[in-house]
Amino acid sequence: MKTIDPIKIAALGFALALILTWQLLAELKFISPIFFPSPSRAGAVLLARVLDGSIWTPFVATGLRMLLGWVLASFVGIAIGAAIGSSRLARDLLEPTLDFIRPLPASAMIPVAVLFLGLSNAMSLAVIAFGAIWPVLLATVHGFSSVQPELRQVSAVLGFSRREFMQKIALPSAFPDIIAGLRVSLAISLILSVVTEMQASLPGLGWDIFYAQRVYRSADLYAGLILLGVMGFAANHTLMLFERRVLRWRNLHG
Amino acid sequence: MRRLLLGSILPALFIVFWEISSRTGVLTLESLSRPSDILRAGIVGLADGSILVATGQTFETALLGLTLAAFAGIIAGAVLGLSPVLERVVDPTIEALRPIPAVAFIPLALMMFGFGVSMEATIVAYACVWPILIVTISAVKAIEPRLLEVADVLEMTFVERLRKIILPAAFARINVSLRVAAGIALVVAVTVEIVLNPRGLGYSLILAQQSLRVDVMYAQLLWLCVIGYALNVVLLNIGPAPIAVWRAGR
Repeated sequence: MKTIDPIKIAALGFALALILTWQLLAELKFISPIFFPSPSRAGAVLLARVLDGSIWTPFVATGLRMLLGWVLASFVGIAIGAAIGSSRLARDLLEPTLDFIRPLPASAMIPVAVLFLGLSNAMSLAVIAFGAIWPVLLATVHGFSSVQPELRQVSAVLGFSRREFMQKIALPSAFPDIIAGLRVSLAISLILSVVTEMQASLPGLGWDIFYAQRVYRSADLYAGLILLGVMGFAANHTLMLFERRVLRWRNLHG
Repeated sequence: MRRLLLGSILPALFIVFWEISSRTGVLTLESLSRPSDILRAGIVGLADGSILVATGQTFETALLGLTLAAFAGIIAGAVLGLSPVLERVVDPTIEALRPIPAVAFIPLALMMFGFGVSMEATIVAYACVWPILIVTISAVKAIEPRLLEVADVLEMTFVERLRKIILPAAFARINVSLRVAAGIALVVAVTVEIVLNPRGLGYSLILAQQSLRVDVMYAQLLWLCVIGYALNVVLLNIGPAPIAVWRAGR
């Protein structure tokens, strides 16, 4: 028979107690219901919007924005990272410049992107890609430059071309690093999706919560926040599961 | 040396190409400005103090938020790290709150605090608290159990324990998380200013863009690169110093 872990019940109880405290404070009007609608109201709004389907359009819009920006950042990041990680010349040429612009907050690129691309989805994608590229890029550089020397010797013995070495040895060996970078990039993509939506009035959950605040519909605001949390959680866990599955061979070989 | 030389080739080519093509009229885009104008705008901004005032505002808020996050994160992290049961009870709630992007709280913080320092600092604190909290928990968990037994024998209070045993033992790792959080603090502060808070570097950046002072905008962007880079260098180098001081003073 399966016994239920008492700590899990306590954990659930803790979360419920927090929500209940919030509900009580709201019921007693201890905090202004304009700013803090009770969780039951926020939940009701969320449920109503899920049931009538009106939540899916912004949810999908933000999700798509996050994914597209992330894919863009991943391709460019892995390509540049592979070049820097495997060629000393590329490293010397590019790295100082990249080190200089890397600390720049991605949101600071919004004004520049707006000048070139307008208040458009392309602008949003460019900003997301700029911000989300760094973790993948750095992880790829690290992965490619830390290929075990024995593996290099093996590829030399087998007479691999540079391209074969990249495909068959460097990329698989760098893969665990890259996938860890990809996970960080995905979280950044979600953040920047929300920021660009707020800044450029693009459709999505970020814009939804911004608008909800402007018209003082705070229950809608909380509903949006909850959904953003769900999206971030789901995105991170999907990649984590993928990582565990793909990297199973590492554990097998110990 | 070779690195410095090769590394400056691409940016130098880029700047020269940009300057020449805008002077000869090949590029006439209004969104481009030209390097010499940008440099001039930067010097003017630094000389009349406008850039420095904005930088001060941004740093002030980022530091305030970081301090709040450090206090909350280290204290909560120490409590949770000392009690594995409590940690497992609270962990799902932490995991549920953590993935919400800090910037999504901007509208909420605006409703609660209005424009200004407190709203921005709150969001910075929210963003910074997670890395500090999580690293502190695992650092405190990794403390040699005998040290804690000593604390039990000496019947130390929680504050004494925190000051005399936990913080010194876990300091190196907490310090790393504080450095990570400092980087996050600056990024989040600038982001909040860009989205809506009318103060600091982020706001002056967006203001320059909206009033089509493209040269000023690029100058400020460059300035942000410089201070971001400088902050990174400082954070990388102050790391070992406090530990060395502490060890020497023991």
